[in-house]
Amino acid sequence: MSAATISAPPAGRSAEGRIGLRANLRHIGALVRRNALQIKQDPESMFDALLMPVIFTLLFVYVFGGAISGKGNQHEYVNYVVPGLMAMMGMNIAQAVGSGINDDFKKGVMDRFRTMPIARSSVLIAKIVVEIGRMLLATSILLGMGFALGLTIHTSVLHLLAAVLLALVFGASLMWIFILLGLTMKTAQAVQGIGMLVLMPLQFGSSIFAPTSTMPGWLEAFTKANPLSNLADASRALINGGAVAHSVWITLAWTVGITAVTAPLAVAKFRNKSA
Amino acid sequence: MTSIKQTSGGGNAVEVRGLVKHYGPTKALDGVDLDVRQGTVLGVLGPNGAGKTTLVRVLSTLIRPDAGSARVAGYDVLTQPRQLRRVIGLTGQYASVDEKLSGRENLYMIGRLLDLSRKDAKGRADEMLERFSLTDAAKRPAGQYSGGMRRRLDLAASMIGRPSVLYLDEPTTGLDPRTRNEVWEEVQRMVADGATVLLTTQYMEEAEQLADELTVFDRGRVIAEGRVEELKAKVGGRTLQIRPAARGDLRAMADTLSRSGLDGVGGAVVDEAEGLVNVAIISDEQLTAIVGLLGERSFRIAGISTHLPSLDEVFLAITGQKASAPADDDTASGTPSGSASDETLEEVAA
Repeated sequence: MSAATISAPPAGRSAEGRIGLRANLRHIGALVRRNALQIKQDPESMFDALLMPVIFTLLFVYVFGGAISGKGNQHEYVNYVVPGLMAMMGMNIAQAVGSGINDDFKKGVMDRFRTMPIARSSVLIAKIVVEIGRMLLATSILLGMGFALGLTIHTSVLHLLAAVLLALVFGASLMWIFILLGLTMKTAQAVQGIGMLVLMPLQFGSSIFAPTSTMPGWLEAFTKANPLSNLADASRALINGGAVAHSVWITLAWTVGITAVTAPLAVAKFRNKSA
Repeated sequence: MTSIKQTSGGGNAVEVRGLVKHYGPTKALDGVDLDVRQGTVLGVLGPNGAGKTTLVRVLSTLIRPDAGSARVAGYDVLTQPRQLRRVIGLTGQYASVDEKLSGRENLYMIGRLLDLSRKDAKGRADEMLERFSLTDAAKRPAGQYSGGMRRRLDLAASMIGRPSVLYLDEPTTGLDPRTRNEVWEEVQRMVADGATVLLTTQYMEEAEQLADELTVFDRGRVIAEGRVEELKAKVGGRTLQIRPAARGDLRAMADTLSRSGLDGVGGAVVDEAEGLVNVAIISDEQLTAIVGLLGERSFRIAGISTHLPSLDEVFLAITGQKASAPADDDTASGTPSGSASDETLEEVAA
């Protein structure tokens, strides 16, 4: 009696309506394209990814560089801070995802996606794919700036790529946290506000900008536990040489842990959100 | 996927039983039953907050009900949401298109999400743009569209997958009359193509234009249902407004009509402030008879118009009748044409 029974299910779908892997990838592709077209339409949304690395590198190298490494020794600080900034860049871009997804929900288009025969996670995954692209762009600019200011690779190009990759996967895991936050909070401004509150202590209470040895004991303990310190230490070791394994493994453990906890929560929240 | 009408003739495309959805103390849906027959349009009429949108959101799998069941095209909203989403289209009060994407990109994206090949998605997008007169604006971002264009794009997006059941949630709220008519025409075309439509609206006029049957919602409950004509008869059909050329004729005109004994014509009511005589009528024959009678008696008429009852009047009529049914004291609102007019009528007759 139902019209639905007239037509066979289209390719990539079983009779139960389950969505196969290929169909899922196609959907994610279509949604990535949507996000990319949005950027094309609104190029200003790329300013943070383009300018943040430039401003931060200049600021930190010239404002703190002399003080930390001694006057005239800024180039030494470049090799210290740029790997650290790679860690920070991921967190900053990840934070923007939260307010972005919150904003998206204010528009009816999310309702359309959620009434369509697609996996609901594909909307979130597409968002993350595009944001990883933005992270990659920001990291490239950061490294470009770094080289211009005297960054030298003491290891190999492969090590450098490994450092970039590590920052990206860790950044992607952070995105799930901010997506969850974006789906939970009422307004995009609130998401941004909370984001800053979380960001500031994590970024400055770390080994990103300065060695932790001069900090009081309690703060040093905090920075040691801070995953951003581990990521900064890991990429520093990958670029400047030194013991790599410990900090890399800890960073990967954080990445897996954060994703395993927050991704399912975010998808469940997305599924049930009735905004 | 093109064949939709094949199976018309009988079954219900939508079946809702005992649906309940509470938001804290608010009962958005408080035990709703309704059916939409295959290939017909059901109008769900009700004021803001009556639960119309909650119903649509449950039926489109956006929210889960607290109790009760609902089936759409044979699929259960709770246990078969994936299959259900393949056969529905939703157009909400707020256009659900991506404002930063062009009209064509929006439709192409929807096509791809519905598993059309690149070529088919392009073709279908262009076909829909043509049909909804959006070809000229195809490359502009939807955010720059006028309200009517955006609503048309939204309808087009809902139609890409050739849904067999379409939900229209207040599709013309906030639109100007011309745009509203365009949307109505599109809906009528979809119905002619065989779609089953569940339409929510606050406007009696819209319900009358589009719906085969009506369900009236109030505070999460169905308070009346039936064919549009049946409900109109209950409510008193249209109001005929006559403006006499001379204000002094108001009372005499009303008096004449009230005592005319014309078949089915209710009491005439004087609206002093506006200089009008209002008469409830249910057929065109009555309109002709009234105008004829007034001509016979040599009344000079400056203006004449008919109005459908407003949602308020519909409510008053329906709830008024309900209240009087179990023989309680409230007899004043007993007449179908109901409302505040009775009082004035007595005044005239006295």
